[in-house]
Amino acid sequence: MRLELRGITKRFPGVIANQDVDLVVEPGEIHALLGENGAGKTTLMNVLYGLYQPDEGEIRIDDRVVMFHDPGQAIAAGIGMVHQHFMLVPVFTVTENVMLGVESVRGPLGQLDRPTARKRIIEISERHNLKIDPDATVEDLPVGVRQRVEIIKTLYRRSDLLVLDEPTAVLTPQEDEELFEIMRSLKAGGTSIVFITHKLNEVLEIADRITVLRRGRVVGSTTPAEATRESLASMMVGRPVELVVEKTPAHPGAPVLEVHGLVVRDDRGHVAVDGLDLQVRAGEIVVIAGVQGNGQTELVDAITGLRHPVAGTIRIGGATVRPEPRPIFEAGVAHVPEDRLEDGCVPGFTIVDNLVLNTYYRAPFSRGIRLDREAIERSATELVANFDIRTPSMFVDIGDLSGGNQQKVIVAREFSRPVRLLVAAQPTRGLDVGSVEYIHRRIVAKRDEGAAILIVSTELDEVLALADRIAVMYQGRIVDIVEPERATPQLLGMLMGGSLPLESAAAASVSPAAPGDPGT
Amino acid sequence: MTAAVAAPGAIVDRGAVRRQRIIGIFYLLLAAIAAFVLTSGIAPEATSTFALKPAGSKTGLDIPNLVVPSVVTLYAVAALCGFLGAIQLVRGFGTRWAVVLGIAVAVFVFGFLTWAAVGKSMSLIGILQLTVVKALPITFGALSGLLCERAGVVNIAIEGMLLTGAFTGAVVGSATGNNIVGLVAAGFVGAALGTLLAVLAIRYRMDQIIAGTVINIFAAGITGFVSTRVLQLHRELNEPQRFPQIPIPVLSEIPIIGPMFFSGNIFLYALFVLIGLIHYGLFYTRWGLRVRAVGEHPRAADTVGINVLGTRYRNVILGGIVAGVGGAYFTLGSTGSFVQDMTAGRGFIGLAAMIFGAWTPVGAFLASLVFGFADAVQARLSILNIALPSEFLLMVPYLVTIVVVAGLVGRVRAPAADGRPYEKE
Repeated sequence: MRLELRGITKRFPGVIANQDVDLVVEPGEIHALLGENGAGKTTLMNVLYGLYQPDEGEIRIDDRVVMFHDPGQAIAAGIGMVHQHFMLVPVFTVTENVMLGVESVRGPLGQLDRPTARKRIIEISERHNLKIDPDATVEDLPVGVRQRVEIIKTLYRRSDLLVLDEPTAVLTPQEDEELFEIMRSLKAGGTSIVFITHKLNEVLEIADRITVLRRGRVVGSTTPAEATRESLASMMVGRPVELVVEKTPAHPGAPVLEVHGLVVRDDRGHVAVDGLDLQVRAGEIVVIAGVQGNGQTELVDAITGLRHPVAGTIRIGGATVRPEPRPIFEAGVAHVPEDRLEDGCVPGFTIVDNLVLNTYYRAPFSRGIRLDREAIERSATELVANFDIRTPSMFVDIGDLSGGNQQKVIVAREFSRPVRLLVAAQPTRGLDVGSVEYIHRRIVAKRDEGAAILIVSTELDEVLALADRIAVMYQGRIVDIVEPERATPQLLGMLMGGSLPLESAAAASVSPAAPGDPGT
Repeated sequence: MTAAVAAPGAIVDRGAVRRQRIIGIFYLLLAAIAAFVLTSGIAPEATSTFALKPAGSKTGLDIPNLVVPSVVTLYAVAALCGFLGAIQLVRGFGTRWAVVLGIAVAVFVFGFLTWAAVGKSMSLIGILQLTVVKALPITFGALSGLLCERAGVVNIAIEGMLLTGAFTGAVVGSATGNNIVGLVAAGFVGAALGTLLAVLAIRYRMDQIIAGTVINIFAAGITGFVSTRVLQLHRELNEPQRFPQIPIPVLSEIPIIGPMFFSGNIFLYALFVLIGLIHYGLFYTRWGLRVRAVGEHPRAADTVGINVLGTRYRNVILGGIVAGVGGAYFTLGSTGSFVQDMTAGRGFIGLAAMIFGAWTPVGAFLASLVFGFADAVQARLSILNIALPSEFLLMVPYLVTIVVVAGLVGRVRAPAADGRPYEKE
């Protein structure tokens, strides 16, 4: 299928999400759509998928103008979309999920014809080498396999053009490779693929053509042969960007965080952190690398007092602290939570109020039962300037800021107190390259001031950029601690996927060990 | 690594341990009540008689009455409860604890009935028949809730729908002199209330609990008003013909089961058909797959071209019809005239039965039988003139509801998008 978007413009009240966007995807081409968050990639794809109607411009498929008023029409025209958040019903089987919406039925009562659907799924999975058990329940499947289900879903609907929206955000490096293999095999079969991402390495590895969007406009189109990471990044941001923050070697001091035999359950009562040991010393950055859902969230919750451990001890600065958020904060722990809007700030409150969420009850911000607005605003003015929070006014609702600026508010609040230990989960998730650079620089500066820093990240680039030591977490345990010098994406990928190289297994220890380097 | 790492198997779940202890102590308490409280003042030679044949029944296989020695039975009940309690406290029953709890409670209930029937004859078959009768409207309510919640809309207005159905069935049935017209009218009124709930919950995205509560208050108000202002003066508007009993040949003569399930009126048989239809529809047809998808993950359903809001409207209106028809049972199938607030919370108990039955039609029916049994025991015992205040007995069905929903349910999972309005992006 040859897809052509011509002069697409989509306006929302007060915002132009796409302006005069042209895009051509040739048959059998992998076309990367690169851009920061809010650059209009997803809006553009939603226009293509019939979720939005463009205000101007036209969509052409094989040189015929088409109009989609709902996803059903786009699907019928051969467009398949794998959403960033999977559109799968967790309690259904693979077969049920794939057939949903295009069910084959038999008999007068519309009885589901599961066997026929199942047979077609097996056919598709064999043809494209997509290993799948059609009878498995989706909620029991790992994320990588769920993504395969999504791809099969589109193939089942005979799509010739596949849109993959940030498909690697949830995958391990090994799963990334598998996905790329699948993409290559689909391409060989003539399927066109639009690949939305903000990860520069992947674009260079897999794409045939690259189109970069910035603020709703196409800023350029290039090929991997002509582009470099640096050139792509500056196209995305509109200025030269430092991709890796400079940092000096760490000078670790005394241990600040000591975790021993920690066991934590998740919301469903399953053991998520399973006898974990970890130590973070002053003046070093320890990054917990791992695929999402291996207990990182529960670990951070336990350290910050948001979740009570079932067993084990957590010591901060050599002392056990009552496991409640306030005593822990008062012991000098700063927390940048994983979910900005859910746990990091109060949308609906102004920036000013969000900046004092955990200090409002103390001098100088309150006297007795009364808040001292003047002191609060004075401090806020200072923080907004120091942390480069871009906003028309500090009395703006934090929910109206961009993700990057929301994160800066949270970082400003947490860093403005004396910090001995910083716990930051996915501190740059969903942020644009410019904000990532900024947040990383702040974290390194905090380390150089002597704070102990624990970062949880699923992004390999971030792990390698920040870590002084990398603790790989798998199924609730730290399976290995790796020095960044010997950490290759291959080694980390294997550890994150649960396969333990023999030498590393022996060295699975808190103290630095000297194993060989199987990766290179 | 020197630090001792807790082995996964050695992790002790404090919550589970506490629950195990509480249940164990509960068994011992049941044993103590059976052994000391219930046996007091009973002559050693006294017997309790349970009649297993419907009174006045001439047909059917002849089965004798069950006569047990009261004191011995109570001691046996106490011994069994005590034994279960001891095992529970010492090592627990693992994942089967819920089943054991059910058995212990059933055994104790039998002991309780033995005590109530000392020196008398209690019609056990009467209680069982009444169980089905009482469970009937509860099941209709549960099915109504199930249809709505499987599509992701919480229907707390079942109570109001039942009540309005009862009222409409009586009035229209009387006015037209045709109970079938009354039944159809009840279905229509149920559909109207369902539409109202759907519009409030889906179109205006109103809080579904509040929308349902509003409908309940409205239903209680309007039926109460008309019944005091109009029906008191015009009695002829509140005298519908009742649907007759239709015993099914052969099947109705099976001992115990026959009188329970095959000697009812059309409501009972309609219910069986409905349970079968909804079960088949939900789990084996395209319609059901789509409904469940909408209730679990509406956005996923939307992206594959399923009309989420349309599905929800349809199901809530269907749920309204089921509750309206079920409500008509109170007047057209049971008492024969409308009394203010006659549903007395059966809609809410239906909601509990739906949850207890894990959002499945068959489960909801079985759960309704449990609640129906509590209700039936209450009704029978208040006639038997036993040493418990009647006010306490009236509380029994509701107490059972609370205990079941709070204690036993826990693990069943609601449709993931239940109660959440769906907004297109």
